[in-house]
Amino acid sequence: MGSDQLLFVGFGALALLGALAVVAQPNPVYSVIALIVSFFGLSGLYVLLESPFVAVVQIIIYAGAIMVLFLFVVMLLNATREDGSEWDRAHPYYRPGPMRLGAVLAVLFGVQMIWALTRTVGLGVGVGETRPAVESVRDVGRVLFTDYMFAFEVTSILILAAMVGAVVLARRREE
Amino acid sequence: MGTSAFDAVIPVICVTLAGLVVLLAESFRKKQERMPLGGLALIGLIGAVIACVLLWDRNATSFGMVTADNYALFVNLIILTVGILTVVFSQHTVERDGLPAGEYYALLLFAIVGMMLMVQATDLLLVFLALETMSIAVYVLTGIRFNDARGTEAAFKYFLLGAFASAFLLYGIAFLFGVTGTTSLDGIGTVVAAQSMSGNPMILAAIALLIVGFGFKVGVVPFHQWSPDAYEGAPALVTGFMSTGVKAAAMAAFARIFLSSLEPMITDWAPVLWGVAAITMILGTVVGVAQTNLKRMLAYSSIAHAGYLLVGIVAGNEVGKAAILFYLAAYALTNVAGFAIIGLLGTKAAPNDDLRDYAGLWHTHPALAGLMTIVLLSLGGFPPTAGFIAKWYIFSAAVGSGYYWLAIIGFLSSVVSVFFYLRIVVMMFMTERDARPVPLPVAASAMAGLAVTVAAILYLGILPSRVIDLAAASISTVF
Repeated sequence: MGSDQLLFVGFGALALLGALAVVAQPNPVYSVIALIVSFFGLSGLYVLLESPFVAVVQIIIYAGAIMVLFLFVVMLLNATREDGSEWDRAHPYYRPGPMRLGAVLAVLFGVQMIWALTRTVGLGVGVGETRPAVESVRDVGRVLFTDYMFAFEVTSILILAAMVGAVVLARRREE
Repeated sequence: MGTSAFDAVIPVICVTLAGLVVLLAESFRKKQERMPLGGLALIGLIGAVIACVLLWDRNATSFGMVTADNYALFVNLIILTVGILTVVFSQHTVERDGLPAGEYYALLLFAIVGMMLMVQATDLLLVFLALETMSIAVYVLTGIRFNDARGTEAAFKYFLLGAFASAFLLYGIAFLFGVTGTTSLDGIGTVVAAQSMSGNPMILAAIALLIVGFGFKVGVVPFHQWSPDAYEGAPALVTGFMSTGVKAAAMAAFARIFLSSLEPMITDWAPVLWGVAAITMILGTVVGVAQTNLKRMLAYSSIAHAGYLLVGIVAGNEVGKAAILFYLAAYALTNVAGFAIIGLLGTKAAPNDDLRDYAGLWHTHPALAGLMTIVLLSLGGFPPTAGFIAKWYIFSAAVGSGYYWLAIIGFLSSVVSVFFYLRIVVMMFMTERDARPVPLPVAASAMAGLAVTVAAILYLGILPSRVIDLAAASISTVF
C-alpha cells in the first residue's frame, strides 16, 4: 500500500467516523464538533484528489464559518441534549415497526450503492469529453467565469430568493 | 430582429427584472401606502410571454446551457400563464390576509424564474440550480402567512423533505457525471448512445437517484408524503401555484432528461416508472376519496394526475410526448382555477376549505359554484372539458405502446376519482346551507380571471386540435 492509499484510508476513515459521531451523539455541541472533524477528513480527500482550492474552501467556509454559526444556534437554543425522546415516540413513524423498516431500507440502499460503485469498471477514466483538470484557483476562476458564467449568475438569484425568504420568515414576530 | 447570445434567456430576464423592481418598489414604499405591486409583476410576466412568442421556432441557445426550443417555450408559456393567473387572483387575497405584498410577489416571480430555467436548461448543473431557486421561493411562500401554525409546519416539512430530495438528485447528477464525464445533457446523450451502458450499475444507480429526486418534486408515490400537508398548510393560491408550476417545471425537466439523454436506457427505466405510475394513480385516487378537506382532496387528486403524466413518459411514443404537454396545459389551468376558488372563498379568520363549507354554495355564490363544477368535471375527466381530452390522449398513448394494463389502471382510477369530485358538486348544489355567515364578495378582477380560465378549459375540451398540434410540433423538434 503506497502512502497515497494510506492517506486515503486515513482521511476516509476520519470523514466516516466523524459523520457517524454526528448522528450517534446525544449532545448537539459534540455533534457539531464531530461534524468539523468529518469536514477535515473530507478536505484531506480533496487534497489527495489534487484540488487544493476545494480543500481550503472546505476548511474556511464549512469547518470555519458555517460551523461557527451552527455552534451559535445550538448555544442560543441552550440545547445540551436532545429532549425529543419523550414526545416524538407518539408519532406513528417513530414506532419500532417503521423505524426498523427505515433501518432495513437504509442498509439496503447502502449495500446497493457499494455494489454499484465496486462493480463499475473504468471509473474516473472520463468516458466522455476529456476536460483539463481544474486545479488551481486560477483554473477555477477561469471555468467559473467562462463555461459556467450563466450558472454563476443564476446562483445570485438563488441567494437573493433565499435572503428575501429568510427576512420574510424572521420578520413575522414583530408584526 | 438580429440574434444575440442573450436571446434564449430574454423571457427569464423579463421575469427576473420584474422581481427586482417589485423588491425595490417595496423597499421605497411608506407604511400604509398602497402600490400596484401586482401590476408590476404582471408587466414582467406579460413581457416574458411576448418574448416567448417571438422566440417561437427560432431555437435560440445561450451560454451553452440554456435553450429556447419550442418544447421549453411551450412549457414556459404554461408556467407564465399560471403565474399571471396567480397574480391576478392574489391581488385581493394578499390584502385581505395581510401578507407582505412585496415579498410575496417577488418570491412568486423568483420561483417562476427557477421554473422557466429548469425547463430551458440543457446542463444538469443548471437544472439543479434552477430547481433550488424555485424550491426555496416556494418553501417560503408556503409559510408566508403570519402566525399561522399550520402554514409554518407545512413549510418546515416541505423544506426538510425537499432538501433531502435535492440531495438525492444531486447524488444522481454526480453519478451521471462520474459515468459520462459531463453534465451537459447532449454530452450525456452522446456517451450513453455510443456505449452500451445497459448493465452498468453506476448509471442505473444514477437513474434511480434521479427518479427519486424528480419524483419528489412532481409528487408521485412513494415520494408524495409531503404534498398533502404542504398543500393544505399553504395559502390556497400558493397551493394552486405550486401544484401546477412546480409540477409542470419538474415534469418538463424530467421528460427532457429521460426522453432525450437517457432515451437509450428506456428498457431499464420504463418498468420502474411503470410501477411508480401505477401506484401513484391508485393511491392518489383511493386515499383522495377518504379526505374531507377540499385542499387535501385536491392534493391527492394532483398526486393521481402526476401518475397520469408519468404514463405519458413511460409510453414514450410520439402521441405520449404530445400528450404530456397537452396534459400539463389542461391540468395547470384546471388546478389553478380550482385552488383560486378555494382561496377566494376563504377569509382571514377561517380558510373555509372543509367539504362541509361548500354546502349550498349554489345559493350564496352561484357563479363560483358553476365555475367550480366545470373545474371539478375537468379534473375528473368528463367531456367536454380539457381533462377529458388530456386523459384520452395519455391513455391512447399508453395503448399505442402496448401498456394495456397501465391504461386500464388509469381508466379505473379516474372512474373512482369521479366519486370524490362529484361529491363536492352534490354538496354545492343539493344541500341546504346551515346558519353560517355569508362569505365575502369576490373581487371583479379575480372573477374575470376565473371566467377566462374556465373558458380556456372548455376551449381545450371542445376544440383541442390546435393546441394538440402545437404540442406535437413543439416536442417533435426536440426529441
